[in-house]
Parts: sequence; C-alpha cells; structure tokens
Amino acid sequence: MEIALSWYLGLSAVLFAIGVAGVLFRSNLIIILMSVELMLNAVNITLVALSQYMGEVSGQILVFFVMSVAAAEAAIGLAIVIAIFRNKLTVDVNNINLFKW
Amino acid sequence: MDTDLLLLLIVLLPAAGAVLNGLLPLMWPQLRRSEAAIGAVGTACVAVPFVLALVLFFQGFAEPYVGSFYTWMGVGDFSVSVAYRVDHLSLIMALVVTGVGALIHLYSIGYMHGDRSFWKFFAYLNLFIFMMLNLVLADNLLLMFLGWEGVGLCSYLLIGFWYEDFKNSQAATKAFVVNRIGDFAFLLAMFILVREVGSLDFAEVFAAAGEMTAGTLNAVVFLLFIGATGKSAQIPLFVWLPDAMAGPTPVSALIHAATMVTSGLYLLARMSSVVLMAPTVMGLIAVTGALTALVAATIAIAQTDIKRVLAYSTVSQLGFMFMASGVGAFFVAIFHVVTHAFFKACLFLGSGSVIHGMHHVEHDLRRAGYKDPFDPQDMRTMGGLGRFMPRTRWTYLAATLAISGIPLTAGFFSKDEILFKAFEFGYDGHLFAWFVWSVGIGTALLTAFYMMRSYMLTFEGSHRWPMAQRVHPHESPWTITAPLVVLAALSLVGGFIGLPKLAEKAGLANWIHGYLVGHGTHHGPVVEAAATAHVSVGIEVVLIVLGSLIAIGGVWWAWRFYALHELTGDERIRLRFGGLYRWWQRSYYWDEFYDKVAVRPVVGGAENAFAPFDNRVVDGLVNAVARTAQQISRMARHLQTGVVQAYALAIVLGVVVVIALMVR
Repeated sequence: MEIALSWYLGLSAVLFAIGVAGVLFRSNLIIILMSVELMLNAVNITLVALSQYMGEVSGQILVFFVMSVAAAEAAIGLAIVIAIFRNKLTVDVNNINLFKW
Repeated sequence: MDTDLLLLLIVLLPAAGAVLNGLLPLMWPQLRRSEAAIGAVGTACVAVPFVLALVLFFQGFAEPYVGSFYTWMGVGDFSVSVAYRVDHLSLIMALVVTGVGALIHLYSIGYMHGDRSFWKFFAYLNLFIFMMLNLVLADNLLLMFLGWEGVGLCSYLLIGFWYEDFKNSQAATKAFVVNRIGDFAFLLAMFILVREVGSLDFAEVFAAAGEMTAGTLNAVVFLLFIGATGKSAQIPLFVWLPDAMAGPTPVSALIHAATMVTSGLYLLARMSSVVLMAPTVMGLIAVTGALTALVAATIAIAQTDIKRVLAYSTVSQLGFMFMASGVGAFFVAIFHVVTHAFFKACLFLGSGSVIHGMHHVEHDLRRAGYKDPFDPQDMRTMGGLGRFMPRTRWTYLAATLAISGIPLTAGFFSKDEILFKAFEFGYDGHLFAWFVWSVGIGTALLTAFYMMRSYMLTFEGSHRWPMAQRVHPHESPWTITAPLVVLAALSLVGGFIGLPKLAEKAGLANWIHGYLVGHGTHHGPVVEAAATAHVSVGIEVVLIVLGSLIAIGGVWWAWRFYALHELTGDERIRLRFGGLYRWWQRSYYWDEFYDKVAVRPVVGGAENAFAPFDNRVVDGLVNAVARTAQQISRMARHLQTGVVQAYALAIVLGVVVVIALMVR
C-alpha cells in the first residue's frame, strides 16, 4: 500500500513544530540544540518525500548536504555549550543574557 | 632642441629638484646629512634651466611662441590650459629668476651649512623657482595665479623656516594673510574677465579689452593693481615685507628682493596694453608708488637692523617701479626689476655674509663667557667689518653705489630712466606726474643716504661689538663670496642694457626698450604710453646731471656724516627731526594702525559675536540632533532583552509573516 504524500508532509510539519517549540520554550541549551536537529530532520523528510513524489533525485542529494551541515553544526554547537558551561557553570539560557540592555 | 621640450625642461627641472630634495630625505633620514648632494641637486636644478633659458634667449622669439601642454580644465566654452608663453618679457623674467636663483642656491650651500633642515630648505627653494617660472611663463591669468599662490606658499614656508621661534611663524602668517587680500582682488579681476571676455588667455583678453566699458576696464585694472600691491609690498599692503626678514637671508635675497616681490610689476607689464586704457588708475598707481617709495625710504633711515634697512629699501625701490608703471613706462619698470635684482640680491647676500660673520663673533663671545644678549643683525654692534671681510665689503659697496644711482652703475640707468619717464609724462600734460617726479627725486637722495649709512655703520669706523680686542669675524667661504662677486659685477655693468635716450645721438640704442617694446613696425610684448610732447636734449642732459648730482651728493653726505660721527650720527638725526624720527623708527605706526582698525575688530568680533553664535546656535543644533537620537535609543534599547529565546521567537514570527505574505 502506497502512503500518500500528505502523510509525510504532516509528519514533517509535526516534527518541525515540536522542534520550534523546543527551541522557544526549553531552557537547557542541549535540548535546544537537539530541537534544532529535529527541525532539520523534519525538513529532510519533506525533501525526501517530495523528491520521491516528483521522481527527481536532487532533493535527496540535498538531504546529504543538510545532514553534513547538521553534523558540523552539532559539533560546533556542543563546543560552544561546553565553553559556556566552563565559564558560567550552567547551560540554562535564562542565565545567558549578555545582550541585555 | 625643440622649443616645447626646452620649455618643459625649464619648468619641470626645479619641480624635480623639489621632489628629490623633499621626498628622498623625508623617507630616508640618513640622506639628510649629505649636504653636498642636496646642495648640488638643488643648485643644478636651477642652473640648468638658466642655461636652457639662455638657449631660448639666443633663439630670438620676436614673435611670441605659445606651447600648450595640457587642458587644465574645460567647462562649456571656457577652458584653461597649462600653456607657456615665450616672448621677450617672459624670457627676461625667466632669466632673472633662474640666473639670480642659481647664484642664491649656490650661496645657500654655504649659508645654511649645518642647519638640521638643510634638505627642506633646498626643497622649498626649488619649489619656489618652479612656481615663479609658472608665474612668469604662463600664457593665461589662471596659470599665472597658480604660480602667484605657489610663490606665496613658498614665501610663507621660508619666512617661517625657523618656526621654533614663535616670532618667525607669526611673521610668516602675517605675510600670508596680507597677501591674501591682494590675491582676493586678483581673483575678482579674473572673475570680471571671465564674465566679460569668456577667457583668461592673454591674447584673447588683450583683444577684447577695447570693447569693455570704461567702468569695467577701470575695475579690472584697479583690482589687478590691488593684487600687485599685495605681492609687491606697496601701500597699503607693504607691512608684511619688513617682517618677512625673519626668514633665512638667502630667502630674503631671492624671494623678498629679487623675484617674488617683482611679480606685481610683471603682472602690470604683462597687462600693459590693458592698463594703458585706464589712465585714472594709472595715476593712482604712480602716486601710490611715489608715496610708498618716500615712506619706506624715510623709515629705512631710522632702522638699526641691517636686514630691515634692506627690506624697507626694497619696498622703496618697488615704489620706484610702480612709479614707472604708473607713467606708462612698463619696460623701465622691468628694467629696474632686472637691475634691482642684481644689486639688491647682492646687498642681501652681503648682509647675510655679515650676519654669518657676526654669528661667529657671537659664538666666540659665548665661549669667552659673555652673557648679555647679542643680536648679530644689529648694525650698532658692527662697525669696521671691512678689515675682516674684504670681499663682502667691496661687493656691498659696489651694490650700494649701484642702488644709490652713482653714474654708470646699473641703478643709475634704471632709476634715471624712471625719473625721466615721470618727467616726460608730466611734460606731456599729466599733472600728477610732476608730483611723482619730485617725490622720486627726493627719494633718490634719501636712498643714497640711507644705503651709504648702512655701509658706513657696518663696514667702516670702529669695532663696536663687545671684547673687540679678542674676537673678530672672518670672511665667509667661497660659496658665499662667489655669488657676491658675480652680482656685484652685474650691479656695476648691468645698466648698459638700457642706455638713456641721449645715447641715441651717439648711435647707441636702448637695448631693453627695443627688446621689450619693439622698434619701428615690430611690436614687443610690452606697450608704452605714447608721448606727444618730446623733451628736448638740453632738458634731458640737465635731468641726468641732476640725478647724478643727487646720487653723488647723498652718498658723499652720508659718508662724511657717518665717518665723522659714526653711531652718534643717528642720535644727531634723531635730535634734528624729533617726533618725526620716532615715526620713522616705528614705521609710521602702520602696524599699530592696522592692529587697531583691522586685526582687533576682527578678533574682537570673532570673540564677541561669532564665538557665542558658534557655541550656542551651531553647537546647539548639533547637540540637539545627538540628544534626540539618544532619547529614541534609550526607549528602543529595551527591545534587547538578552533572552535568546525572545530573539528566536521574533525570528519564527517573522518567518510566519513572510510565509503568510508569500502564500497569499
């Protein structure tokens, strides 16, 4: 049985919304980073699904790029989190407010 | 060689010298010590153009040659090019500038020896020659103005050369500001010409001058004359020149005696065909010249600083040249420019040699433990220097005789010609010329007197400096005395280029008249006033004898007077003239007058009217703008909560809005 495109898109939308919510409302930096990954993967699902639906591979190739960028982003993000933790002994974003007027 | 190439070399070599002497030692300070190389480059960059100008001179150029090199600016119909004009007038001026200039460069090698800004001095001097050549060779008024401003700049730089002394930099500023007034008038004259003629090229201005209304023409000539009074130090703008003696002596000789200060005369001679159309202004020119000559000569009698005597003498001699221009004898003015360049440069360089010697006296005095202040330029502490500085003494004497107008010296021919032309103009029915002539005769007597006074006080009589038994000056090195000898020789024989009219009877023509004005059907670059009445030979002989007697009388009188009384002679003159003498000593309180009517009102006005305006209105506006921005920012900065997630939320909302807009 073929699963309709709308299901994939629906799944992707739900995952993306969860990611956004995580970024906006959680206060632990690591969780925020994970939520960003979630958003990226939601986009990946969209890309793969549409690529399959339109019979074209370029979308799937793009996914590889997204994954590699995501890997790099995770590495750098974690490095930043560790650096912040070493300085402030916390990873709670509410305590990181150097930009405040 | 090609004329264009020669022209370019003449003009650009001094510029190259200025760049070499200015930039290389600036970038590599170790080069600053190599005085020999700097001096050689500086001198060569003026001596070679002199030789090239001689080449042009012997090629003739009875017809003007214009070499155009570059279009400086072109706006619609109006265009100005970098074009140089070779004709008899510009050639004579170029020869004087480069010839005397080269001698003074050579002199400076000796005079400036050991100065820590030796390289800068030569760079400025070369730049000056470059600008001066632009001034005299330019084919349009604007390029001439470039040179005019350029020499003004160099004058400023060189007057303030020893700027560590605040007095010197004040003198430089004064020279610059006073010159500005004249320059402004020059600019206005050019504005009128652009409106009326639509061009600043000499040929087109001359061609269109006849069609201008009398009012416009008078305005142009008057403004040009005011410009000339600034640069050539005439009443009312002469006050800067005596102070300009704060510069090193070669500068006084080159810029403030031989070349730059004569550029006003050059301007009038160049524009002679236009000036002649404004007879009223010519009267003003002649009377101004006469008054300046008299005023400066009387001041010179009471000065004790050797360079100030020469400075006022320069002002006075320039007055003579203006007299000549005012009676329509522009070629005589240029003739006097040439002879004056010889003897006044010689006098200044001689005074420099004396100052050089007195500096050594001061040095020895300090070593011997002498503590009181000592001014090496004060004639009251000189006296009898002739014994120690024979070459300086004889050359100074030669130039003194020349400027006094002793027969057959250079000054005799040119000054006599000026007085004769003034007389002739009066004879021709111009009443003011009689006034000019009589003032001229009186001033000639004063000239002979005060110049001989300076010679007597400096070189003859007893040694008046302290410890005269133990210390005495020495003759200067050859780089200083060689130019003196050349210039002294020229001061003695240089006058033969302009023989009086009387000599025509013996078949000897006045060379400089033929060269500048032309003879027969050929017309030279300088026009002269056409005389209708001719002075008879008898009167001419009487005038020449009168002129000679006055010169000899003045010199003899001063010689007797100061040989007998020495320094107490000044005291006797002071007692004789009383209050008048004090006016001479203080330059007729001219500076004080300007200070009261111009300087203080301007400064006071600035302090009382403009400073509050600037502080309150201008600054207030600026501050108000800044304060408003600050107020807005104070409110807006609350957006920066510092909560990362607030920013993220803003981004998300932004994305939602964008998508909503795209989907719609």
